[in-house]
Amino acid sequence: MKKIIKYVIIDILRNKIMLGYTVFLLLISLSIFNLEDNSAKGLLSLLNIILIIVPLVSLLFSAIYVYNSSEFLELLVSQPLKRKTIWLSLFSGLATSMAFAFVIGAGIPIMLYEPTATGFMMLGTGLLLSVIFVAIAMLAAVMARDKAKGIGVVILLWLYFSIIFDGLILFVLFQFADYPLEKMMVGVVAFNPIDLSRILILLKMDVSALMGYTGAIFKDFFGTQIGLIISFCVLITWVAIPTWLSLRRFNHKDL
Amino acid sequence: MIIASNVSKRFGKLKALDNVSVTCVKGECIALIGPNGCGKTTLIKSILGMVVSDSGFITFNGKNIKHHWQYRENIGYMPQIGRYPENMTIGQVLDMMKDIRSKKNAQLDEELINSFGLQEMMLKRMRTLSGGTRQKVSAALAFLFNPEVLILDEPTAGLDPVSSEILKEKIIAEKNKGKLVLITSHILSELDDLISQVIYMQDGKLCFHKSIKDLREDTGEEKLSKAIANVMLNR
Repeated sequence: MKKIIKYVIIDILRNKIMLGYTVFLLLISLSIFNLEDNSAKGLLSLLNIILIIVPLVSLLFSAIYVYNSSEFLELLVSQPLKRKTIWLSLFSGLATSMAFAFVIGAGIPIMLYEPTATGFMMLGTGLLLSVIFVAIAMLAAVMARDKAKGIGVVILLWLYFSIIFDGLILFVLFQFADYPLEKMMVGVVAFNPIDLSRILILLKMDVSALMGYTGAIFKDFFGTQIGLIISFCVLITWVAIPTWLSLRRFNHKDL
Repeated sequence: MIIASNVSKRFGKLKALDNVSVTCVKGECIALIGPNGCGKTTLIKSILGMVVSDSGFITFNGKNIKHHWQYRENIGYMPQIGRYPENMTIGQVLDMMKDIRSKKNAQLDEELINSFGLQEMMLKRMRTLSGGTRQKVSAALAFLFNPEVLILDEPTAGLDPVSSEILKEKIIAEKNKGKLVLITSHILSELDDLISQVIYMQDGKLCFHKSIKDLREDTGEEKLSKAIANVMLNR
């Protein structure tokens, strides 16, 4: 397993995109922290950028990478290796490089300018988001044989998680404004890892007062130790379930 | 050594394999022959576990291949169209396979690498290779780990006459060491001096599995190409 992970990571490093992504994150984080006089404010601006860029790059890069390594997968499957080992190695290689790029690109500036609980929370959720979207992209890539279809699905998924989901929630909230939906919202948030991450970070920032009554409910739940543990469990489930599904599909796939 | 029982595989509406049962024993050199699209490659890929059959099972040395992936250590596979990571060099691909596959103090068989002259091309990237050179890499990889079973899918397609001759001699040498060799090819004339048994497939069905001697007797033809033509016409 280690050997295959090594080859996947070497191959990703040879590809300059990963390096570019790291430098891009580094430039954005450093410039934001330098532009704002208050580094807590800088963190807030960085939050919005990271929540858009990290999932997008993770999804697109992983999906395209899986399609491009079809030859590699085909070669390995005819060798004395378990399919499970091959697929999990590919996942680990991708997840490690994504996480590494995030730590270098965003983690180091955050630790330099804002080494607080909020900063650590941002680092943690950013890492988890990188891995979650690698898992989701690999699921999409193994389900769709056609490359254009697979990448299209991945882009739609990104739109859904970053924009459409919020729109739907807003729509429901306005339509049913007369009903007490605030408590239910806590549960609904679990269906979108991006929103969950955003709420976890915002609550650490003490700007939750701006979110009104829903914010207070969120604070009641996510502010507690148990709420925090549950949220991280939910995020880890978002890694585990797509990985498990894609592994099951890959085990029966004809190459 | 390899036993397939009632293996069936569908690709959508197409029945690629229809209740195929074969028994392959050690020391034989078996030719898989049949028209295009009759399921030869699908059968080979099922044996390798690259295609998962819908029903039936395949055993290797008595173990069901579904649960024992280690059996592939004993197989050298040369695909019809070798697909390799495009931005790796020949040397890197060979090193990677050695790294992933070889056990400690295992003997590597680098004869083909030398006789094909791949040594001088080690730094070439896979995407720049011609079809023939790719075939050479595939062949070298198939023989590299001294496997007990060799599965060669159209081994000489795209090879120049000299290399083709080198490969044929290598196949005969390995067969004489008592290995099982499975070959598919459409160039029947070059199979004549290689094979000892013939499997003939059509439309995903196995039509017959005979020794070459029986086939010659049944059809009264000395040459394999004529014997097979005879069989195809009389069907």
